[in-house]
Order: sequence, then structure tokens, then C-alpha cells
Amino acid sequence: MNKKAIICNHVSYQKNSEQILTDISGEIIKGNITTFVGPSGAGKTTFFKLLNGLLSPSEGSINIDGKPIESYSPIDLRRTVGIALQEATMTNATVRENLMLPYQLSNRTFNDKIANHLINQVGLSNDVLSKQTNDLSGGQRQKLSIARTLANQPKILLLDEITSSLDRLSQTGIETLIKNINTEYGTTILWITHNLQQAIDVGHDTWVMVNGQVIEKGPSELLENPKTELVREFVKGVHK
Amino acid sequence: MNYLTLSITLIFVLIPFVLSKTLKLELGKDIIIATTRSIIQLLAVGYLLQYVFEVKHPIFILAMISLMIGAATQNARRKGVSIKGITWKLILTFTTIELLTQGILLGLAITPATPQYIIPISGMIIGNSMVLSILFLNRFTDEISDKEDQIELYLSLGATPKQAIHRHLITSIKASTIPTIENQKTIGLVQLPGMMSGQIIAGAAPVQAVQFQLLIIFLLLTTAVVTSIILGFLSYPTLFNDRMQLTDQNN
Ligand SMILES: Nc1ncnc2c1ncn2[C@@H]1O[C@H](COP(=O)(O)OP(=O)(O)OP(=O)(O)O)[C@@H](O)[C@H]1O
Ligand SMILES: [Mg+2]
Repeated sequence: MNKKAIICNHVSYQKNSEQILTDISGEIIKGNITTFVGPSGAGKTTFFKLLNGLLSPSEGSINIDGKPIESYSPIDLRRTVGIALQEATMTNATVRENLMLPYQLSNRTFNDKIANHLINQVGLSNDVLSKQTNDLSGGQRQKLSIARTLANQPKILLLDEITSSLDRLSQTGIETLIKNINTEYGTTILWITHNLQQAIDVGHDTWVMVNGQVIEKGPSELLENPKTELVREFVKGVHK
Repeated sequence: MNYLTLSITLIFVLIPFVLSKTLKLELGKDIIIATTRSIIQLLAVGYLLQYVFEVKHPIFILAMISLMIGAATQNARRKGVSIKGITWKLILTFTTIELLTQGILLGLAITPATPQYIIPISGMIIGNSMVLSILFLNRFTDEISDKEDQIELYLSLGATPKQAIHRHLITSIKASTIPTIENQKTIGLVQLPGMMSGQIIAGAAPVQAVQFQLLIIFLLLTTAVVTSIILGFLSYPTLFNDRMQLTDQNN
């Protein structure tokens, strides 16, 4: 039987009496790449923040690696379930300093060897290390954000892809990167993507979210042949 | 000055009042309110102080200081309503700064332990501490809502609330104390400080007035820095819940 990395049971989330996520249940299989697709405002980012502990569900329960999410200390949880945030937020400093951040926060030593390893791992060359993050392209920022999250060696990696569309080359770069991390470290990956072909090509499973709910979930191929009208509409809209 | 000469000084109220009327500045009502309030408040304080100075009982000194702290808290708390327990945090800040400064002043016999010294100096300290608190709270709440994404980034990587807020706390502490320090760089060049002017008018030797003013300036430096630091470290934990999540600022 497949091991479960994440189990959600009737998870809902409200903010200021606004219903943002409604009754989400489902399992994420350990070692898989699961993509999350859906229109803007569907609640994908909010769901990821629940998994990483930046938010807590209003109702329902979440299990991470066999343990209830509340049984983790917030810090352990956030390092076990790493997130690369949607905006690829950077501190106003160099690439190297951004990579150093997770090490500083946990009082671990950081050196050039580690910096080189982290940056090469995501397919960037050493000479970006001294650059200011403001000078990076969207694709580079995203990769740096992933590298910084990987510094905590998470068992589960949440990738919230930046919405502003990346150029074709950067997209392929991220695709390869995700596959590599997955095979090399066996990391369970949850990936919010806006490219359905990528979801089909790279992801094992997919969850389709619309309006705060998971409408369909299963093997990625379901995107080629959706069961529900809502998902059919969404898929058609993306391909237009 | 007697009450007759004091009444003549109302000319200085009349001038803006008449100007406001003729130029339709519509400041008339506010001028009357401001004048009436300052007359009543200051006279009341004057008589009260005279009484306290005559009786010399410590209980009256304590009562006056408590009153000052109460009024300062009332004023400053409006800027920090989004911070839980801001009232007692302000009271604690003002009390600490008062104890610290008076402790040093009286302990090292820098100023005599008489109400004539304790009360006006306390007034200046607590008043400045109040202004600093307001500056700090404004700056800190702005900084937090401005840099929410940065704080979230730190938390997402496993930072403690203190690590996540540290940079923003320091920025706010610095920003709120800079005006005090900047002010002191130009002090005396354009405008003589009010207290020093008062002492000179009352007949004190200018150099002695300056010495006393210097003491006040140094006290206000301590007040500025210590106020922001105490208030900052008391305030930041309430921005997070027990799951180390940023709590909503708008609630
Ligand atoms: N900080 C917030 N305060 C209030 N409402 C919010 C906040 N963040 C998100 N929302 C609301 O929650 C809902 C879900 O937003 P979320 O960002 O999770 O969607 P998403 O699927 O990630 O969208 P996108 O594809 O555009 O990134 C939206 O209706 C949004 O308006
Ligand atoms: Mg999103």
C-alpha cells in the first residue's frame, strides 16, 4: 500500500467570516508529485499555507506523515513541510544572503560550498550568488526561492508558482528541477502550476480546485478527460 | 505678573480671533475653546502644584505622577488599539522610565528630592515618553502591515516570531527615536528651549539655566530610546498567536 504524506479530513478555512476553503478531504501519496490547478482565487495558496502551518484550519484535521499537524511544533512543521511562496519573496539583499537565511534562523553554519551546492542544485550558476535579488528574472527568483526552501531539507515541498507567466525556457527549467528533486531526494512535492500540459507531463496526481473546493482529484490524466462540467470549463478556459 | 497684566495678555488671543473673523478662517470657535481650556487647566495645575509644594507629602507627589501616567496612557493608547493589552503595556513603559530616571536623579543626588524638582521633571519625562510611544506605535504598525510578506517569509522558513520581527522592530525603534536626536543637534541655535527661557526670565543665570537644560536633554535621550525599546519588546509578541502565526492586524 502507498504511504500517505498528507491526509486531509473535512478541512475548511474562514477568514473574517468569509468562507475561503470548504470541506477539503483527500490524501497525498508519499514520494509523488501532485499538482494543484484551478482558477485564480480558488484557494490554492491558502490551502498550502494550511499545510505549512502559516495558517490553521477553522474546521477539520490535517495529518502530516502520520501525525496530526498540531502535534508538530510550528517551527518543525515549517521545516518538514517547506514552502516556496507564490511571490518568491526575497529579503532586500544578495542571492547568497537569501540562501543563508534558513541557516541563520536555525543557527547552522553556512559557507561557500553550501551556497554553491544550493544554487547549482536549482540550475543556476555560482555567479548569481553575489547579485542583488532585485536584479533577477522571474524564473531565477523562483528557482532561488526553491533553493532557499530546500536548505531546510523538507520531506514535503510545496511550490506555489508565481502567477505572472514565466517564459517557455524558465518553465522547462522548473519542470526539470521538480523532477530532479523528486527523484534525487524522494521528496513529496505539491505543485501549484498554471500550465496544464506540465501538470499532465510532470505530475503523478492532480487536484483541481475551484471556488474553495476540490472538485476533482486523481491521476493527472483526468485533466485530459474531466468528469465534471466545472473542470471541463476550467480546462477549456486555460487552453484558449 | 498680576491678574491685571494677565488679563491684558488676552490681546494676544484677540488678534488671531479678529483676524479669523475678518478673513473668515473659521478658527474662532477653536481659539475660544483652546484659550478657555488652557486658562482653566493651567490655573488648576498651578494651584494644585502650590498646594503639593506646601504640603510636601510624598503621597501627593505619587498621586500627581500617577495622574500624568494615566493621562499619557489615555492619549497614546489610541495609536495602538490593534495591539492587545496596549493600556497596561503603556503604563508599564511610563512607570519604568519614570522609576529609572528619577531613580538615577535622586539616587545620585543630581536633583534635590523636593516636589519642585520631581514633578516638573516627571512631567517632561512622561510627556516625552508619551510622544515617543505614539511615534513608535505609528511606525511599528505601519512597518508590520508594509512588510507582512517579509515576516511571512521568515516564518515560512521556520523563524521564531522574534527572528521574524527583529529587523522591523529595530527599524521602528530607530525611526521613532531619530527626531529626538536630530532635534538636539540644532537645539539653542534658533529657539531657546522653553524651560531654559523660563528660567532666564525668572532671573536665573543663563549658564545655570543651560546646565539644567543639558540635564533635561540627556534625560530625554534616555527617555526616547528606552521608551521605544520597552514598548517594542512588550508589543511584538501580541502580533503572533501560539502557533506562531501573524494575527490579523485589522481585528
Ligand atoms: N489575506 C487575505 N485576506 C482576505 N482574503 C484573502 C486573503 N488572501 C486570499 N484571500 C481570498 O481567499 C481566496 C483564495 O485565495 P488564494 O490566494 O488562496 O487563491 P489562489 O488559488 O492561490 O489564487 P491564484 O491562482 O490567483 O494565486 C480568494 O477569494 C482571496 O480573495
Ligand atoms: Mg495563489
